[in-house]
Amino acid sequence: MELTFQEVKVNLATGGVKIDESQPAVLLVHGAGMDRTVWSQQTRYLAHHGFSPMAVDLPGHGESAGELLSTIPEMADWVSGLIRELDMGPVRLVGHSMGSLISLEVAARHPDVTERLILMGAAAAMPVHPDLLGAAERNEILAPQLMTAWAHGARAHVAGNPTPGLWMRSGCQALLERAADGVIYNDLAACNSYEAGDIAGQIDCPITVMVGSEDKMTPPKATAQLVAGFHEVDLLHLEGIGHMMMIEAPDQIREMMLSALQ
Amino acid sequence: MVEPDYLKFDTLSLHAGQEPDPTTGSRGVPIYQTTSYSFVDTEQAAGLFNLEQPGHIYSRISNPTVAVLEERLAALEGGVGAVCTASGMAAFHLACATIMSAGNHVVASRNIYGGSHNMLNLTMPRFGITTTFVDPRDHDAWRSAITPDTRVLFAETLGNPGIEVLDVPAVAEIAHEHGLPLMLDATFTTPYLMRPIELGADIVMHSVTKFLGGHGIALGGVVIDGGRFDWAGSDKFPTLSEPYDGYHGISFVEEYGHQALSMRARAEGLRDFGAAMSPANAFHLLQGVETLPLRMQRHVENTTTVIEFLEANDAVSWVSHPSVRSHPDHELAKKLLPKGAGAILSFGITGGREAGRRFIENVQLASHVANVGDAKTLVIHPASTTHQQLSAEDLTAAGVGEDLIRLSVGLEDPEDIVTDLARALRASQKG
Repeated sequence: MELTFQEVKVNLATGGVKIDESQPAVLLVHGAGMDRTVWSQQTRYLAHHGFSPMAVDLPGHGESAGELLSTIPEMADWVSGLIRELDMGPVRLVGHSMGSLISLEVAARHPDVTERLILMGAAAAMPVHPDLLGAAERNEILAPQLMTAWAHGARAHVAGNPTPGLWMRSGCQALLERAADGVIYNDLAACNSYEAGDIAGQIDCPITVMVGSEDKMTPPKATAQLVAGFHEVDLLHLEGIGHMMMIEAPDQIREMMLSALQ
Repeated sequence: MVEPDYLKFDTLSLHAGQEPDPTTGSRGVPIYQTTSYSFVDTEQAAGLFNLEQPGHIYSRISNPTVAVLEERLAALEGGVGAVCTASGMAAFHLACATIMSAGNHVVASRNIYGGSHNMLNLTMPRFGITTTFVDPRDHDAWRSAITPDTRVLFAETLGNPGIEVLDVPAVAEIAHEHGLPLMLDATFTTPYLMRPIELGADIVMHSVTKFLGGHGIALGGVVIDGGRFDWAGSDKFPTLSEPYDGYHGISFVEEYGHQALSMRARAEGLRDFGAAMSPANAFHLLQGVETLPLRMQRHVENTTTVIEFLEANDAVSWVSHPSVRSHPDHELAKKLLPKGAGAILSFGITGGREAGRRFIENVQLASHVANVGDAKTLVIHPASTTHQQLSAEDLTAAGVGEDLIRLSVGLEDPEDIVTDLARALRASQKG
């Protein structure tokens, strides 16, 4: 689905069905250098299970036009503006990695547009390895390679894709390689400089956090620090799963999401 | 500087796509010899049919044994996904049918396998898809053959039977300048010798029957999706970028993005055309892939020995292989194929067609078959077999002379291969 927001084309994947405004809206926000397709194992399912999912391409990502936004608060303001533009009331907001930081900011600063929060691969701070940041700044293929290597649990480096014929490692790397020059660096720099501070305590909506035991990018310890700041949270563990949990464990994530969204 | 801790090629050849069977613990890949799969309930069944969730429905569309091979081949090629088929030709057809419709056009190398040439030249026009054939070394010819209806550029990494090395980065650049994908048949090189996706190719196909299987006991093909091509960059690929009624209006690009080709090829192509690989064949082919790195290394070593012998033999008028200094692509091969330019070569036999016939009939170790890439040394006279459907004009254009013998060098002891060839060459000259 395409729409024009702030005079710029915005692309959203809706699970291959038209948005039904009578169904609860779910906005899904991707991570650094990625796009809407990271949610491809969830959107169509949600669309046929009582929700109106919209996996958005952030500005300058995927099929969305527009200038890159360089800080997490700027991205959060854009997302909250988009939610208002959709005019479907407060949404269930789902964020992965950088998308989880954006979602945190939206929920804290724009509570009127956030009914419920689901965070995956989340942490209060996301420091980026200087070698990765440098490779991204130079637009080297090493950046997609390092992100892919670190973003998957050990199992995903060998096998385990439930979609017949798809190879997870190259799937992630190709997705990142398709990002235009500067996109990965922009996003990683935004993550690297972001400090959540006491934002967790400002959020009042229901929160579910999903954490993979083999997540090297936002390790369980870092997620635990974030979670400690929430008033109330439902923390769900995925054993043997890394940072790309929606792709590594799509069946578990679908069931967890369906439960949390209801 | 840190490096990505990816599993290496040899490890992936053995492990990619497989975990020990969760039910039995079987370390080997089980043969799931089944047509169908029990659904948990009606909701799960509906979800599977509607692409809401992944899984197996019917073995024409996917099968757990075949899926291991698909994932492994995608891993070895660096593709985002793979779809296995009943044969290499089925893979070629599947790829074409997934991205093209009537009215579309292909620009193809003229030096390709006779079966592929027939499909493009004779069969596809009946369905409204036409092809212009070009000299694969002539970059201007590639450019000038592209029309507004062109949807893909197609070639082999190593041409057939002249073993022309395709300048993959250069032809990929031409394709991409025109918003088109480059599809390559990489059967002769295998991912051990060349990884075309890293060089710019967008779709890679193989006859898995050949070097990947290696044993010559099972047919199979594969289409591998590079995942880097922007199918939504123009309106040229509506099968991927426009809503598809076959799944209630889904757009494969919108939902699956960089994996759109893999998903559509399976969801439509295997469902509707049905050229599925059998699980037993997938099992056999997996056994071959496990030893691919070791075998290809030995294939290349034996080929070097055979070429040295042929070049010194009076009954041989010429030898064509990119490792030979006189080959037009010798320098390109050193750049693109540093591990070797494969195990298929051609040579001219003194005495033309009759000498060729006597040679073929006097080999004892080498097998006279319509195949290449077997563990056993194979030999054939293309003008009377693989390329016999081509007209005299097409034969000349494809570089197939009457004196041409094609040799697929196997894994036997190289001394035994040379002894056999020497005996047959002597016999060929006793007219």
